[in-house]
Amino acid sequence: MKDLIKKLTEAFGPSGAEDQVRELIRREVEQYVDEVRVDALGNLIAHKKGPGKKVILDGHMDEIGLMVTHIDDNGFLRFGTIGGVNPFVSLGQRVYFANGVFGVIGSERVDDPKEMKMEKLFIDIGAKDKKAAEAKVRVGDSCAFYQPFVDLGDRVVAKAMDDRIACAIIIETLKGLKSEHDIYAVFASQEEVGLRGARAAAFGIAPDLGISLDVTRTGDTPKGITMDVSLGKGAAIKVKDSSLICHPGLRNYMVKVAEEKGIRYQLEVLEAGGTDSGAIQMTKAGIPAGVISIPCRYIHSPSEMVDMGDVEECVKLAKALCESPLTF
Amino acid sequence: MELRQLTALAGVSGNEKEVRDAITKELDSMGVPYETDVLGNVIAKKGGSGPKVLVDAHMDEVGLMIVFIEKNGFLRFAPIGVPPAVLVSKRVYIGKDRVPGVIGAKAIHLQQPKERESVIPVDQLFIDIGAKSAEEAGKKVKVGDYAVFDTEFEELSPGVYKAKALDDRVGCMILLEALKEDWAGIELYGVFAAQEEVGTRGARVAAYRVAPDMGIALEGTVCADIPLAEKEAYATRLGGGAVISVMDRGSIPSRAMVDQLVKLAKENNIKFQFREATSGGNDAGAIQAARAGCPVASISVPCRYIHTPFAVMHKGDFDAAKALLIAFLRSVEGGFRP
Repeated sequence: MKDLIKKLTEAFGPSGAEDQVRELIRREVEQYVDEVRVDALGNLIAHKKGPGKKVILDGHMDEIGLMVTHIDDNGFLRFGTIGGVNPFVSLGQRVYFANGVFGVIGSERVDDPKEMKMEKLFIDIGAKDKKAAEAKVRVGDSCAFYQPFVDLGDRVVAKAMDDRIACAIIIETLKGLKSEHDIYAVFASQEEVGLRGARAAAFGIAPDLGISLDVTRTGDTPKGITMDVSLGKGAAIKVKDSSLICHPGLRNYMVKVAEEKGIRYQLEVLEAGGTDSGAIQMTKAGIPAGVISIPCRYIHSPSEMVDMGDVEECVKLAKALCESPLTF
Repeated sequence: MELRQLTALAGVSGNEKEVRDAITKELDSMGVPYETDVLGNVIAKKGGSGPKVLVDAHMDEVGLMIVFIEKNGFLRFAPIGVPPAVLVSKRVYIGKDRVPGVIGAKAIHLQQPKERESVIPVDQLFIDIGAKSAEEAGKKVKVGDYAVFDTEFEELSPGVYKAKALDDRVGCMILLEALKEDWAGIELYGVFAAQEEVGTRGARVAAYRVAPDMGIALEGTVCADIPLAEKEAYATRLGGGAVISVMDRGSIPSRAMVDQLVKLAKENNIKFQFREATSGGNDAGAIQAARAGCPVASISVPCRYIHTPFAVMHKGDFDAAKALLIAFLRSVEGGFRP
């Protein structure tokens, strides 16, 4: 599974520019489902047909990134952010564009760290002037952080673990899945800019329930946030985040299934941040939605870390749910 | 059912079950049919034929959620709709079994002079349930459990009530009263909404289901007629009558509906006031934007100190808001269209 995670995390796909990662996922998933289609928002929807309940299994394929807003006379690029990117993790990073152009993030002179704002930063693609830069990139092009996948043994680190790890878990779940349910695996676009892909997908599919998979923060690093989720303690079952309060019936059902199958889990309350289930739950006249969260350190940095044991528990839980009656 | 009982129930956003059960029981005894949906809304229906009017009041209240249990048994929490400034040294109940606890903080003796002058942030507060260890606390409380404030309903002086959750059980009471009336010329949908305090989520999906021709939100609203405030900052006054909104962050009410409410208040000698503030938002915004949209208005009861462990209201304002709602619905039966 690590090979799949490596391939997925190293693929290019900031919000709205998911083409490359979408084609990669299409190739990985089509053998396990009956039908694959792409909708107007760029969601990849893999349908595994069944007579039972209509279920969305969602994980977003987009990642955070930057978008070029201006090219100056000396060939430096100014940019806006795609999703939650902060200046401290950006400075000194390398970025790459869909066409393979690389750049590094530099800063104007800043004496006081408090003054370090995104507006102070720029991308240097090694162009000697505006003309040379424009031959390689255009205003409106997006770029992603460039960091290779690293295998630390029990744990792995990569950019875009948020939320390619979920894409990997969903693909793994569909592999050999024996479910009576009508499963729509939604590899959603544009989550990082406001749950936009999932909203459209959920309206189009109108499922009986939705389960998102997404990373969540942990409270287990030195003097970090106060949060009852740790790396290595199993799949996290979400209670609440800023985008939704998970359907209590579905959430309790998820806990029940985890306990029955001996799947290690932890309950999660995330105080800041949202996920696609927030959009799914609010679709049409309301759809029960829940979330399997993958504990992840350093979210929205180019080095996001997950525990392979947690990943396996998430696969088991997703599989067990799909193979259960889903009555709650 | 009385406001005293309704406000005593625990119903922090997403956990409205106690309130929902009490309301559906009341609807059963009134013989009013209803359904509940996946967000936990109660949608009651009454009436004959005519325009579909959605009248909304939210069941949920502000409170806390437990997010972490410390090794030594103290509980860390996230506020749901409550500002941190009002939390320290309050009493709460946690979960279905109403485990009592107090919100503690570092004692003043131990605070730095600078800390004494500022609001204690939530990450320096905790709930003490008297447990010695995480294990002992874990037997009574789980991560994800809700806490409500421990506040008694009291009549401070004749017709002036103090209670928790007046925002918006006061709206729920008015809606129940309206559903007791007979309605022949409208289809009245009474929506007792979930999850208003976390972003008008219940009302949004309920309005999609109902697809109304017009909507009215009933609210307990901000009231700052207190010492130290300038008159222009009062927003509303206790005892000043039913409150009619002109704009907030969620919606600009239909001018036609606002004019109609004012006209009816004057004709029927119902005391009213405008909401002289544009901050805040309520379910009307979600109702207005559901599907292809519909005109909305808000009728509210002033509640001092909302979004704290208690609020104070005036019975006269409640009666006025109820009378204004009923007069409006009768006028829709009589042919009024926004």
